[in-house]
Amino acid sequence: MTEKNKGSLVSKDTGKAYASGDGKAFAKRKDPHRGRNLTLTVITSALFIALMVWYQKNAYDHSYAISIIERSAIYAVGAVAMNLLTGFTGLFSLGQAGFMAIGAYVTGVLTIPVTARQSVYYMNGIAPWLEKLHLPMVPAMILGGLAAAGFAALIGIPVLRLKSDYLAIATLGFAEIIRALLAAPMMDTITNGSYGINNIPGYKNMFQPLLIAAVCILVMLLLINSSYGRAFKAIRDDEVAAEAMGINLFRHKELSFVISSFFTGISGGMLACYMRSIDTKTFQVTLTYNVLLIVVLGGIGSVTGSIIGSFLINGGQEWLRFLDEPHAIGAFQIPLFRPGFRMVIYSLLLMIVVLFWRSGIMGNREFSWNLLFQRRRKKKAEGGET
Amino acid sequence: MAAENVLRIENVTMQFGGVVAVNNLSMEINQGEIVALIGPNGAGKTTAFNVVTGVYEPTNGRVQFQGNTIIENHPRGKMKKLYQGENPEVFSNVISKTPDRITKLGIARTFQNIRLFKAMTVFDNVLIATHMRSKANVFSAAFRVNAAEEAANREKAMELIEMVGLLDNAGDIATSLPYGKQRRLEIARALATKPSLLLLDEPAAGMNPQETEELAHFIVKIKDDFKLTVFVIEHHMDLVMSISDRIYVLNFGSLIAQGTPADIQSDPLVIDAYLGTGVS
Amino acid sequence: MSLATFVQHLLTGISLGGAYALIAIGYTMVYGILRLINFAHGDIFMMSGYFMIFAIASLPWFIAVPIALIGTVILGILIEKTAYKPLRSAPRMSVMISAIGVAYLLENLATYLFTAIPMAYPEIPGLKRIFTFGEITTSLVTILTPVLTIILTIVLLQLINRTKIGMAMRAVSKDTEAARLMGIKVDSTISMTFLIGSLLAGIGALLYFTDRMTVYPYSGALPGLKCFVAAVLGGIGSIPGAVIGGFIIGICETFIVAFGYSTFSDAFTFMLLIIILLVRPTGLFGEAAADKV
Repeated sequence: MTEKNKGSLVSKDTGKAYASGDGKAFAKRKDPHRGRNLTLTVITSALFIALMVWYQKNAYDHSYAISIIERSAIYAVGAVAMNLLTGFTGLFSLGQAGFMAIGAYVTGVLTIPVTARQSVYYMNGIAPWLEKLHLPMVPAMILGGLAAAGFAALIGIPVLRLKSDYLAIATLGFAEIIRALLAAPMMDTITNGSYGINNIPGYKNMFQPLLIAAVCILVMLLLINSSYGRAFKAIRDDEVAAEAMGINLFRHKELSFVISSFFTGISGGMLACYMRSIDTKTFQVTLTYNVLLIVVLGGIGSVTGSIIGSFLINGGQEWLRFLDEPHAIGAFQIPLFRPGFRMVIYSLLLMIVVLFWRSGIMGNREFSWNLLFQRRRKKKAEGGET
Repeated sequence: MAAENVLRIENVTMQFGGVVAVNNLSMEINQGEIVALIGPNGAGKTTAFNVVTGVYEPTNGRVQFQGNTIIENHPRGKMKKLYQGENPEVFSNVISKTPDRITKLGIARTFQNIRLFKAMTVFDNVLIATHMRSKANVFSAAFRVNAAEEAANREKAMELIEMVGLLDNAGDIATSLPYGKQRRLEIARALATKPSLLLLDEPAAGMNPQETEELAHFIVKIKDDFKLTVFVIEHHMDLVMSISDRIYVLNFGSLIAQGTPADIQSDPLVIDAYLGTGVS
Repeated sequence: MSLATFVQHLLTGISLGGAYALIAIGYTMVYGILRLINFAHGDIFMMSGYFMIFAIASLPWFIAVPIALIGTVILGILIEKTAYKPLRSAPRMSVMISAIGVAYLLENLATYLFTAIPMAYPEIPGLKRIFTFGEITTSLVTILTPVLTIILTIVLLQLINRTKIGMAMRAVSKDTEAARLMGIKVDSTISMTFLIGSLLAGIGALLYFTDRMTVYPYSGALPGLKCFVAAVLGGIGSIPGAVIGGFIIGICETFIVAFGYSTFSDAFTFMLLIIILLVRPTGLFGEAAADKV
């Protein structure tokens, strides 16, 4: 065969090294910056952990910052789960809020201290089988995730056969149905109906939610980079070709949907522990839209993008809080600044990203030090030319 | 027994609404052969491929692969009245395996209008095709319990890429390749599914004579190396005549001739329908 | 349930259904032409309610009504021009996200401008006049809504089947590129579709809110989704289908509430959607791309 493009990304001999199974040598030779990157990773992680420890030590003074970080971590899980489905499998589902509601209610109901139950359910009473049923936080969250996944498996059978926009509207519909079921009078002794549940024990420290989020995202990342993840991407890129490569469309779509819903359920459980009291109004379509905004801003098809997006959006909610407060210069009242302005800015942001910056922050790439340095070099080079 | 016939197409008719795209097509392809299906544009060749690979459900007829029926249908429902083809009473079963199951049985294909996974690298495009045969479940794959198998798949994908001469492009995004390379990549990807029958839909489209000749050698080579049977649709007569053991000619959905390249070249019907325009 | 109560509920249901039908036409037309679920359509309907409140505050009703309708139409066309037109060649998911973005923006904008507290919808003189037939009491608007809906549907069908612009709309919905090659101004045809859809949503808002008496920023979201379901039920792309779908959903919903299952009235609509999509994805009248707009 012909030999050309000596200078391309994978040169002939590195390819051979790879083919002979020496994956490490391949990786080493491919990336000359490995040492630098490792050092940078260790340093940033250490700095991050140090900062978190410092925050935790002075939790009283920084409760605000801590709550933002916790919130960001929770939304990051939800956003990555949505991205798994939307960005990597190409299935546009708007059922996030519903699956989060399932996870949140399962987690919430099971973790309320047994002693507090009578006061929580004072209006309707509590189902006898539930009265003494109590689980620690993490098992309860996993159960919540499983419940969401089970529900997803059921509705996936009919819904995943639908085309893109019908899928979106059908999942949106299911989310509303879940909400109606949770608030239904016959569920009163379990979900406390429209009163919602409270007294959910919160996190002991900020490391709990961060750790849970990190584990969840890591597992999803591993999945995305496995052969199943590649099959998902194949379906996203071309269903006909994917099927011709022997990928069973329904089985893989269902798998992606169930796994995504599992982690969406967990993020719902995390949200319940964060908020400590929930009702069905928490899980309206708006919640789905917020997660969608994070995914779109971070880049559809980028896990790191979703994480960055989550921290930006949740951080921004607080940094932009001034938008909601009236401001005055001397006696002059500045117009525009009053409650609700922040959300207007947020929805405008979503529009602007979709219309003018469709790839979002990361596009479909993942963050890496090489990418960061390449960008800077590119900018420098461009700056030099002009 | 029927092991001789790798693929057996019996009385397949494909009717879209009132249009009969393939009419009563019957073919046999034997082990180790290269068989070509030729015919003017719109003769129904790709439709025939789509029936064999399960993309379309035929209106009538049966397809057998290695002695097993993979597809069978007869005019049903609304089609009962609309059906314009022949032999409506011959088949009674309804069997329609999905494309992925047919691939799993050992039929791989390429596409006329190249269908690569656009956003992925050349390497990943080939690697994806090994997924079907891997034994890992979603947990063992996610938690890397299947590392040995994964490494073997990667190695195999790399070998295939090297074989089609795309080693230098392994890390490039598939759609950034020139046309000819994309066609070769499609073949590598199809081979990665470990087929016994390979369907090539116009593999030489858009290639110059030199590339076409290379492709002819390449097809013969992979047929021998992988012990394949090859079923090819092609317009380049030089390629078809040089590599095919037998040729079937389709015109307006119906078979008008079959035989060796020499037979076909002298068949007056074929010359009339297709070769009459100055091809020697 | 006595006959009188049954008839009473049926009247309410038909009236609600009429308003739904008018909104559903907008969904079905836009989907027919752009293959896009216009998530913002329900919120255009909501904004129309606010336009009316502000128009009537300083103007007599016969001027305020046209002004509110014109405002609605302008809003609809503006949304098409700014949020959908730039994405004509973009992946479908982007357009859908853009549509969700518009819906989200309108809801937040309404909350910001008019607060989340429901505002009283003005009464147009005469519309609320009460009629009594034996045991049944009803208001003019309840009777007017279905009548007006049917008249408007007939006019619209004439427009689509008999006029040049109607022909252009049918052509664009069948094949946008071919229509462009035939010299049809695709963009202005699409604008025309949004104009008609928004106008009908405006009239629907007038009838719906007169009955409901209040408007709040989220009062368009759920009815919007329901009307989309109505459009799917009737067969997306089919105008008579959307109208009949609207009536079916309006009547069913009223009876579900009447039987005391109001918690499930919204869930019912979505159950219906899922059942249709599974059993008959083309809807009741969506046969073989006929009558698509």
